[in-house]
Amino acid sequence: MKIVTARRICQFLFFALFLWLCVVSTVGDSFWRIGNYPVNFFFYLDPLVALGTMLATHSLYGPLALALITIILTIIFGRFFCSWVCPFGSIHHFFGYLAKRNKKTAEKIRLNRYRKAQSIKYFILVFFLIMAAFPSLAATLQISLLDPISIVTRSFNIMLIPIADRFFHITSAAPRFYEGAWLILTFFLAAVLLNFAIPRFYCRFICPLGAFFATLNRFAVWRIGKKSAEHPDCRLCEVNCEGACQPTHDFRISECILCFNCLNDCKHELMTYRRAISAGGEITDPDISRRGFILSLAGGALALPAVRLANTLGANYYPGLIRPPGALPEEEFLKRCIKCGQCMRICPTNVIQPASIQGGLENLWTPALNNRIGSSGCQLNCVACGQICPTAAIRPISLDEKLGINDFADAGPIKLGTAFVDRNRCLPWALGRPCIVCEENCPVSPKAIFTKVSFETVRDGEFTAAKISGNTVEIKTIMQSDRYATGDYYCAVGPARFKIVANSENTLRLEGKEKPEQHLPSNGKIIIQVRLQKPYVDPQKCIGCGVCEHECPVSGKRAIRVSAEGESRNANRKLLLG
Amino acid sequence: MTKKDKIKLPRRQFLARTVKAGLSIVAASALAKLMYNSKPPSVAADISEMVKVPDFSVAARASQQISIIKGPDPAQSSLKAIDLLGGIERFVKPGDIVVIKPNVAFASPPALGATTNPALVAQIVRLCLDRGKAKKVIVTDNPINNPESCFLISGIGKAASAAGAELLLPRPAYFRNTSLQGGKLINDWPIYFEAMRKADRLIGIAPLKDHHRSGASMTMKNFYGLLGGRRNIFHQNINTIIAELAMLFRPTLVILDGTTVMKTNGPTGGSTSDLKRADTLIAGTDPVAVDSFGATLLDLKTSDLPYLSLAAEAGAGSTDYMLLKPIFASVS
Repeated sequence: MKIVTARRICQFLFFALFLWLCVVSTVGDSFWRIGNYPVNFFFYLDPLVALGTMLATHSLYGPLALALITIILTIIFGRFFCSWVCPFGSIHHFFGYLAKRNKKTAEKIRLNRYRKAQSIKYFILVFFLIMAAFPSLAATLQISLLDPISIVTRSFNIMLIPIADRFFHITSAAPRFYEGAWLILTFFLAAVLLNFAIPRFYCRFICPLGAFFATLNRFAVWRIGKKSAEHPDCRLCEVNCEGACQPTHDFRISECILCFNCLNDCKHELMTYRRAISAGGEITDPDISRRGFILSLAGGALALPAVRLANTLGANYYPGLIRPPGALPEEEFLKRCIKCGQCMRICPTNVIQPASIQGGLENLWTPALNNRIGSSGCQLNCVACGQICPTAAIRPISLDEKLGINDFADAGPIKLGTAFVDRNRCLPWALGRPCIVCEENCPVSPKAIFTKVSFETVRDGEFTAAKISGNTVEIKTIMQSDRYATGDYYCAVGPARFKIVANSENTLRLEGKEKPEQHLPSNGKIIIQVRLQKPYVDPQKCIGCGVCEHECPVSGKRAIRVSAEGESRNANRKLLLG
Repeated sequence: MTKKDKIKLPRRQFLARTVKAGLSIVAASALAKLMYNSKPPSVAADISEMVKVPDFSVAARASQQISIIKGPDPAQSSLKAIDLLGGIERFVKPGDIVVIKPNVAFASPPALGATTNPALVAQIVRLCLDRGKAKKVIVTDNPINNPESCFLISGIGKAASAAGAELLLPRPAYFRNTSLQGGKLINDWPIYFEAMRKADRLIGIAPLKDHHRSGASMTMKNFYGLLGGRRNIFHQNINTIIAELAMLFRPTLVILDGTTVMKTNGPTGGSTSDLKRADTLIAGTDPVAVDSFGATLLDLKTSDLPYLSLAAEAGAGSTDYMLLKPIFASVS
């Protein structure tokens, strides 16, 4: 078997594995659902996740250490990951192939020549790593915006799969929604379509993971090369060169992604993978200019304090940004979150959404709860997001910790925020209509939402009784039949109040054995009132789960909404004493 | 080049490279091992080391705990008041670093009485430096309004600097977390620690003011200005927080300026019609006693200000100021 065939099979298998892991990231008990599948496999292999979080937090979180394997293999063999493993790389490989398959050989060679701009990816790497490692200010892990594993995972999980699943209904019964997914789609499509300009555009010019690998393979024990310097102008080896690493002469090892197409294409059998350096000459170091390096260093060092000027970690935090249960304090969270979208994918209620830049540029695509989208707020008995999070930006909490029971009874439940009633929009408070859906759905026991009863006179609710016989009151004015017969309306007769059981156009039938007649004032005035239970939130009990907000019948801007005040994770957002 | 060299050179290169590759692998592995942490981060990911507030109080003297001076000029009255308590030498030793905490809460001109009288602050600064032989006097507060504006408009900044004090304006790094032992509210809470980090003495100088939430703002409430963070949540339990402040900050001396009293619209005031002359200045080593007497100038009883009894029960002082045999005097 040719080595390129082996490579294609390997690419195919890893891509299939990637797809499979995306699909199985679904809560449920059928065999193919999440179970014990290593759904974060590619993140664990990704050294940028390990390095980025390590620089930001000064610790290497458990499973991320697996990336050491990738690093070691790269040091020995070269950038195998890019063209053998990386699912995003395979997509580019495929589209690059489509783009150039009908082109002439000379054109293909031209497309695959080395370009100076390939060094941009190194500057991107430096820029983002400095942001993650910034010593004095709170660092932020933004490299994941461009990390290929993060991109491909979030593109599939919160964009392609939800679109495809509208037809297949495999990952969820009802369609999944993701606000702002269009931006992820745009980004993904742009990266893919750029292959039609230059094959593997993203890999060659942008990919910071590739750039990182390129700095590792300078000592690679085995490397691509020419056995002799013959045929310096043939360039057949460059026809399908994926890395644009000019194998013909002055082979750039840092750009070589080990696609082995040159071995396949060489008619002179000159190309080989061996321990000695290429007879056609070799350039070991990545093409990084000093000026570019210093500029990207300075850029990263300036970008972070510039982002921090918004003070969104301090007094100016965005109260509409509700993080999933178990999320670290915001500053620590931003050091770990890689915007991969795994939590958004796994969340059974679909309440976790990719955030926009509202509340800080660095929030883009980080998880935020949107109770209007989710099917029922943050479900009380669920900790799926923390269990899947590859970097523990959302801690893998237990149900006990979330609910504040057993060992965690002293700490109390994890609060995501506090619900506030908007009395200007609430049906009982503002519109005189009975409701309390929020109170009914509050999952906390005893409920965090409680009600106080009041009786309010309805509009034009004063009537004059013409006659009272038994429990039936005749009035002079015409009413709408049965309007007050819902069980929520009462008739006040003097100091007494009777529930209205039925009403015709000019009679009211009242409940009870007591005779209303005896209470009737001399002027014959009776008043029709509605019994309202007005909701209140006990901020001590409220956990900010957002079910109330989700269920509130005021469908646009909800009449009860969760705000980040009082969330457990940030001490400076405390709302109550004690 | 002989044929032998041609073979040897790549081999040497290869060996050198292999060694370097090996070293890189070892380095990467060592770094990973060093940084490795199998556990997810804990809930309180960044617990800063807690600080302890020093006790600045001096030993009590039975008959020199509180002095009450009648007079129209607070600066003059303060000299008399301190002399009657044993002189500044009792409170400041040569070479001491003294922190003075006036009330600079608002960017409000001195004539409106919302902040400590600047001449009084300057007088105490000079007293500490000249007679007390203090090494350094720091005047500081963590105001409610913008600090620069507060120190400027209240006149305290200029007066204190002219008298030889060093001004300290708050910045985030100056705050450290502390907990009050046995406290309910001050628990892992940031306080303005920088000022007292190296200090030997703490002197509070407060104006006597009406305060709508707590009833009266005097020397104990003045230390609210040493709290950091979103301290306003403590207004949910104002009496307890004032009592806890009295437990947390044990001053060397407190001075309560009732020469002009803010009777209404406190604690901001805003009009001279909110003010009334009472021509009284109180100094003492027991803030609870000083404030208990001060309450009478606002026509309040001890029971009108629950924080007084709470502080007394907690051991911060005594509400029964007469028991401490106050020294009454007057300055013309």
